[in-house]
Amino acid sequence: MSAPAIPAVSPRLAGGRARARGERFGGIVEAAFRAHAVLVYGFLYLPIVVVIVFAFNANSLATIWTGFSTEWFGAALENRVVQKAIENSLIVAFFNAILATTFGTMAALGLQRVPPRLRLAFDAMTYVSIIVPEIVIALSTLIFLATAFDVVNPALAGLQGDGADAFQLGRGHATIIAAHVLFNTSLVLLLVRARLSSMDRTQVEASYDLFATPWRTFRQITFPQLLPAIVAGFLLAFTFSFDDYVITSFLAGPGSSTLPLYVFGQVKRGVSPETNAVAAMIFAFTIGTLLIGQFLLARNARRTGARGSEASVAGMITETR
Amino acid sequence: MTGPAAGRRGPSRSSIATGILLLPAGLWYVLLLVAPLLIVVLFSFGEKARNGGYEPAFVVDNYGQVLARPDPFLDSLRLATIGTILTMLIALPLAYFLATRVGGRKSLLVLLLVIPFWTSFLIRTYSWLIILGPRGAAGFIGDAIGDPAFRILGTEIGVLIGMTYGYLPLMIFPLYVTLERMDRSLVEASKDLGAGRWASFRQITLPIILPGLITGSILVFIPMMGEYVIPAILGYGRTFLIGNALVLDFLEARHWPAGAAKAVGLIALMLISISAYLWFLNRGRRTREVSVL
Repeated sequence: MSAPAIPAVSPRLAGGRARARGERFGGIVEAAFRAHAVLVYGFLYLPIVVVIVFAFNANSLATIWTGFSTEWFGAALENRVVQKAIENSLIVAFFNAILATTFGTMAALGLQRVPPRLRLAFDAMTYVSIIVPEIVIALSTLIFLATAFDVVNPALAGLQGDGADAFQLGRGHATIIAAHVLFNTSLVLLLVRARLSSMDRTQVEASYDLFATPWRTFRQITFPQLLPAIVAGFLLAFTFSFDDYVITSFLAGPGSSTLPLYVFGQVKRGVSPETNAVAAMIFAFTIGTLLIGQFLLARNARRTGARGSEASVAGMITETR
Repeated sequence: MTGPAAGRRGPSRSSIATGILLLPAGLWYVLLLVAPLLIVVLFSFGEKARNGGYEPAFVVDNYGQVLARPDPFLDSLRLATIGTILTMLIALPLAYFLATRVGGRKSLLVLLLVIPFWTSFLIRTYSWLIILGPRGAAGFIGDAIGDPAFRILGTEIGVLIGMTYGYLPLMIFPLYVTLERMDRSLVEASKDLGAGRWASFRQITLPIILPGLITGSILVFIPMMGEYVIPAILGYGRTFLIGNALVLDFLEARHWPAGAAKAVGLIALMLISISAYLWFLNRGRRTREVSVL
């Protein structure tokens, strides 16, 4: 921040004065701020609460409340289509998160020591992959892969000789993962790079002065310091993939439908309590992952003495751009 | 910055290591970002193959179609602009409140903002079907104004509520971060010099938070321009935005060239509107550069 500080006013004094002024002129303004905040939080949570409440509705019409019941959770979990969708979602989200976290972290480390021109090109692609609307990424990947498969598949068929069961490339888990990894690698890269740039270099230098190898320095000094960003990146990548509809709908093949695709298809026919039960379970799962991540980072922060944004997933997300 | 390894280990070994580190991400960027985007541009000049897809050709007909039927583009631009302004109006007081008035509970309140943003966008969107439906808000308002046919779903209002709701956190985060880092003593100084609340907001706070406001607007505007899920669900597909047109072209009509031209049109429209916005904000300001991200 380029603004010059004015040291004459101590923060405590400034705070006190602001409060005094607030009481004199702006009691109503303060109350309005508070009321606005309450309303916004209510607005943000209303849809979540509604879905969860209606998942426990006994009535089979989702919007009429008749009584409490947990039968829809059982029904949803016994549904073969839902089971398959959960399996697909977990496969896609897990492999996406592993690959994106690895690639993003590697790139962030590599970018520390490249010529400015190469770094600029890399940055440009990172930002483009994030700011191009998701639907454009989805459709461009679809036509690119479909075209590439049209070229490769006849060759593959030729190699394998005759037979209808010859191995062919097509849409499925791999195409969904490939497209998700693009966006998520950029996210992880930004998170890890932000952490790298705020990292204390003296420990790394001390480690080299003590003749540690680069690998040992990375393992014992750099990696532990980067861990919060890597964990946050992994969780972000996992939930993004687990929740994604647009890219997945373009790149899924037969049999690789994920939970969001199932939910979207159901919703188009009208909301059912079973859909709400699936949704409530997804909420529980994603909020659970976030809170576990938050807990891990807070524990790590206590151990390493880190404070502020590094201690929470929330802090990392709000502060990385 | 040159890492210590570069100096100690000799350039060749270190640059091989750097190359390996950058390889997977670089490969992904080239194969799944640059190549696909180039192919979209190429295909936008092609023709539809007989059974769908792409047939090589060089025609500008697809762009002619975009210009002949600009409605989805104009509707997207209009709704994304209104939506961005709405999120700004809602986010600004909240971010200000969180950054200056909350004190110790700050991290809890920020976590509470991240949770809805973190959970499924699709589910949070369809939940408005229940809230705004005939047995929810629409029915309630309909009774109050004596119009039983009053509806919110299937109208642009429903879509706007969904968009504002869905992308609000993306406006709050950058605003909160800039306000949080702001030097509050400047505001105090302006007040000591006799500036009123509004004057000190306009002359001190606003210029400082402008970068956050710009980041927030762009983060919100872009997904709103390409939105598909919200108009499909809350607009019943009647609000037909660019996203709906793209899904129709690619997944149903399989007219790839027409869709590719629309995708190029969407990117162009986005770049033009964002440049115009930055130009408008920079106008009259002396030298300060405004960066996008």
